[in-house]
Amino acid sequence: MDIKILGSGCANCQRLEAATHEAVDQLGLDASFEKVTDVAEIASWGVMHTPALVIDDEVVMSGRVPTTEQLKELLAR
Amino acid sequence: MRHAATLDARSAGHGLRRWTYVGAAALCWVTLYQLNLGFWNWVVFDVLGLDPESRLGGSVHFFFYDITKITLLLVGVIFIVTVLRSFMSVERTRALLGGRREGVGNVAAAGLGVITPFCSCSAVPVFIGFVAAGVPLGVTLSFLIASPLVNEVAIVLLFGLFGWQTTAMYIAGGMVIAIVAGTVLGRLHLERWVEPFVFQTTLRGKPVDSSAGLSWDDRLTMAREEVASILRKVWPYLLVGIGVGAVIHGWLPADWFAAHATGWWGVPLAVLIGVPLYSNAAGVLPLVEALHDKGLPMGTVLAFMMSVVALSLPEMILLRRVLKPRLIATYFGVVASSILVIGLLFNLML
Repeated sequence: MDIKILGSGCANCQRLEAATHEAVDQLGLDASFEKVTDVAEIASWGVMHTPALVIDDEVVMSGRVPTTEQLKELLAR
Repeated sequence: MRHAATLDARSAGHGLRRWTYVGAAALCWVTLYQLNLGFWNWVVFDVLGLDPESRLGGSVHFFFYDITKITLLLVGVIFIVTVLRSFMSVERTRALLGGRREGVGNVAAAGLGVITPFCSCSAVPVFIGFVAAGVPLGVTLSFLIASPLVNEVAIVLLFGLFGWQTTAMYIAGGMVIAIVAGTVLGRLHLERWVEPFVFQTTLRGKPVDSSAGLSWDDRLTMAREEVASILRKVWPYLLVGIGVGAVIHGWLPADWFAAHATGWWGVPLAVLIGVPLYSNAAGVLPLVEALHDKGLPMGTVLAFMMSVVALSLPEMILLRRVLKPRLIATYFGVVASSILVIGLLFNLML
């Protein structure tokens, strides 16, 4: 599984990254993480409200930090 | 999944508890707001024994009373507005603006700028996102001007400090500035001064609507976090703003500005001072309140506030990422001139 965290390094982006790591660990998934901080690239994903989460080249969530439980739901899909 | 029948009874109880908390918090808020003036009268004048007529007494009382009042207003407003805004999103706004022509588009963009959740830190991704999706440059700029200028925090604080007439004028003035400045900038055809990569950006995949699929718990949690994050962000501005406001309140003679600064040149001077300053509505309003108390005309005061919140050096640096210096200069020039005209008009009307 390929996970990207989109965000220019704001506090929420770091919280999203930590929460996603936790969700991945709890589910026991094998995932690679990548942080995308370049605005042009973030925008090319159609994301205008950071932080955003991209799983396997699909934006699944943007504009907020979901709970670990909600992240697990998103990851399990 | 979440709506399984077996969960119904539990979630009904959960819902009741949730709204009880919200109700209790609202009650606390109203009580604190009502007690604020009496409490600081008692502390500053009775306990500390300062003279209400003295400079020090006036300043100290202004500082503590105002900081409590503005903090309470901010907490209440941000909470309610974040909940309301969780039904709206930049993605939806962009979809609404996508097919618009200039003119109607500028009006719609200014209106949506007021109600769309947006922080100036995401100005750049929003700019790219709008332009790449085919929203005209002038319409995009109308949105970017209206968003910081006429926002919920400014509206509620103005209402709390100056009443509805000033607030209505401010909203109308801010919208007019966003519409006119965006239209003018659109007509100037400045596309070649936008960094080329913006137009080359292709949007892959379909964007996710950040407002979709939220539960009430999510919305309330978002609101609570937003209150905390905004307070964390604005408190230094608030302290400086209220501090300077308190000094002006206590030390400057009443009607000092009425005697010295009612000429037409007051407005351009206010804009000139306001543009490089960077603060948000919460930080600048205590200052605005104190200046107005001392007789500075309302148009001058509002022009100062608008130029502080709408234009700033940090914003200029952020926008440099997508706009060439020439367009940034034009943007600042057009917006500052619009603020100037609105300020002069307000002074004539009042």
